[in-house]
Amino acid sequence: MSNAVSALQGARFEGFATITESGLRGMITLRGDLASSAVKSAVKAATGLAVPTQRQFATADEHGVGWMSPDELLLMVPYEKAPEITARLAAALEGEHALVVNVSDARAVFSIEGQSAREVLAKLSPVDVSQESFPEGTLRRTRLAQTAVAFWAKGKNAFELICFRSEAGYVFDVLSMSARKGSEVNFYST
Amino acid sequence: MLILECPYCGVEAEETELHAGGQAHIKRETVGSDDDAFEHYLFSRANPRGVHLERWRHANGCGKWFHAARSTTTLEVFGTYSAQTFEPPKAIVDAITAKHPNWSFDQWKDLS
Repeated sequence: MSNAVSALQGARFEGFATITESGLRGMITLRGDLASSAVKSAVKAATGLAVPTQRQFATADEHGVGWMSPDELLLMVPYEKAPEITARLAAALEGEHALVVNVSDARAVFSIEGQSAREVLAKLSPVDVSQESFPEGTLRRTRLAQTAVAFWAKGKNAFELICFRSEAGYVFDVLSMSARKGSEVNFYST
Repeated sequence: MLILECPYCGVEAEETELHAGGQAHIKRETVGSDDDAFEHYLFSRANPRGVHLERWRHANGCGKWFHAARSTTTLEVFGTYSAQTFEPPKAIVDAITAKHPNWSFDQWKDLS
């Protein structure tokens, strides 16, 4: 059995914000009717969290559930537990019009932290990431420079971002460039 | 910059998050159609000066297709609506006719 490695194996950049590749994380895509009680209880059983409302990311301990579209959720779980949780979800949703896939190895996860973390994203996406319109627990699927990503605010000055694994190198470079010291805009100065 | 509100995720998405899908409410001719009807479906598109109904996809976002009503001359957006419909809902038609009293969906359909 080969050892699983994340896309950039924990690469890190220190600028006016810190960019870190978060290493191996379990990620499960669930598609189905989010209003159905079967989906709600399956998500609750797998993560201990309720299905979040539109564009929200719910989190507790090492679990998270993100609203990706009206019929899609992203479940964040510990990497080692992802295959087992995927199997349990699939079993719980048998007979439902639903799909559960373990996408842990198809994605890369980054964390963006620091006083001006919002600025790093603001420079790269067409999103208002000010504290008022992007408070903690908000999730947004959007564009980061030239690639599709999703990010959510896990704290006042801390974000998590996911992208396709094949684009991890590009995303890390572009985030690092955006966070380079001396390039602060101080638009969201706190 | 064109900004459309995605009716599925509620995001005020700007152009670079979207992908244009061309004219809306086209009847897709298929097996059994005669050649003229199929050619019309394949090649004829309206290019109105003024109100137009279009398909858009929130490509860098929730990934859903939706409809938008806008003016090709002023770039005014009258509204966006679900893709699961054959005609614009009343609210959209009202928003259009408030500015363009003579506009009607049937007339627009005859343009192409």
